[in-house]
Amino acid sequence: MTGNGTEARVVTVTSGKGGVGKTTLTANLGAALAMRGQRVVVVDADVGLRNLDVMLGLENRIVYDLVDVIEERCRLRQALVRHKHLSKLWLLPAAQTRDKTAVQVEDMVDVCGRLREEYDVILVDSPAGIEWGFRYALAPATEVLVVTNPEVPAARDADRVIGLIEAEEKGPARLIINRIKPKMVERGEMLSIADVVELLAIELIGVVPEDQEILVAANRGEPLALSRDGSLAGSSFHNIARRMLGEEVPFQPLRDRGVFERILRFVSPERS
Amino acid sequence: MNLSRSRIRGIRQGLLVTLGKGEWTVVLETLEAQFAENPAFFRGGRLALDVGGRALAYGQIEEVRSMVSRNGVEMWALLSDNDETQDAARASGLVVELEPPREPEPKEQEDASKATDEAKVVRRTLRSGQTVRHPGHIVVIGDVNPGAEIVAGGDIVVWGRVRGLVHAGALGGEDAVICALDLAPTQLRIGNYIARSPEERLERAVPEMASIRDGQIVAVPWPGE
Repeated sequence: MTGNGTEARVVTVTSGKGGVGKTTLTANLGAALAMRGQRVVVVDADVGLRNLDVMLGLENRIVYDLVDVIEERCRLRQALVRHKHLSKLWLLPAAQTRDKTAVQVEDMVDVCGRLREEYDVILVDSPAGIEWGFRYALAPATEVLVVTNPEVPAARDADRVIGLIEAEEKGPARLIINRIKPKMVERGEMLSIADVVELLAIELIGVVPEDQEILVAANRGEPLALSRDGSLAGSSFHNIARRMLGEEVPFQPLRDRGVFERILRFVSPERS
Repeated sequence: MNLSRSRIRGIRQGLLVTLGKGEWTVVLETLEAQFAENPAFFRGGRLALDVGGRALAYGQIEEVRSMVSRNGVEMWALLSDNDETQDAARASGLVVELEPPREPEPKEQEDASKATDEAKVVRRTLRSGQTVRHPGHIVVIGDVNPGAEIVAGGDIVVWGRVRGLVHAGALGGEDAVICALDLAPTQLRIGNYIARSPEERLERAVPEMASIRDGQIVAVPWPGE
């Protein structure tokens, strides 16, 4: 139990397929949740290929990492890196010089269990794939966010991953559709949100439009969610954070009325 | 009924093969012949082998295992009441117990046709990478997503959308049927026949039943005209 009397959550962000924007999303969601007063740790579980630290602009502050904690070369507290601007956002970095065999399922469960005592939300950024890294990233989860793109291969992999999550009884798994390009959907060149939700049949918690600013911000090490510029993409991260905290937030129009109506049509029965 | 024939049925973890009676080499040859009768049903499957009280040495276990894998089947468990056999199976890296613990032996062991009449009901959506394999009929209450597979000895009924691969009559029954509320599988097989869905999807999905007519697979809307 945490100070504010609610059970801390361990939220694993996963996708199956690589390159769908998991890490960017984790960084932005972590920032958005911390900006709403949550005490947040983002855990980079991608041992050997870390980059959550880069996206948060914290690379040069890392002293210890997850594997150091597991192998007891440091205390958990020592490995946590506080964000430059957000006092409630912390990073537990991955080791860069080791590989995923350095982490056991019990290690992740133990580390996340200890983090739960002092934080409200532990966001675990899962490695791509369905192998070892995915297994240990999933093990501590109390809930799961499945990230996909509106493309057939990404949706297929998301489906596979949801099957594995269900088999491990690690739900509820909720869906984030990342990098939607409204114009392509209109032209019928991309799967629509409705297509993806029909296939995957889990609750939709967010839709993030494709936006170059997300990438520009990540390269700068400042997640877009930090800048309150009112951009569609930036506010979509905040909307996901709000929905995670139990608020009812309507899905925003992505560009024009046509797409908006298409989204509403299938969302409304879900949320009723 | 030939006593050396092994009994095959579907369990949650795949297939359970209860080894037939008689001399080891004969039983093994018979089992291989059973695989050969319906290769499509077995290929890609996984099985647990129940050898009863038979005392088997490590070498014999490896022998049956390599025969099984030669036929495209993965043998992952070996069940036996014999302690030595169990030890040998463990040494071979096989699981020696099903979870939940081994089901009691059904009484009518010899009545194979009866076992095949049983239907297995799956009350969830089958997702990419998931397979259901059963010698009898299979009923799915949910969708069969792309990348999922159903292989049934008998009929397949899906109360939902079919987008994956479905194979009915995989034990050679050409009178098997496949019914679904929305039938648009990646591939549809009945017995030894294979069909794909038409490229263009119907504007509005209607329930359909597929069967073999005049030497090819035909899907007919329900209710018919």
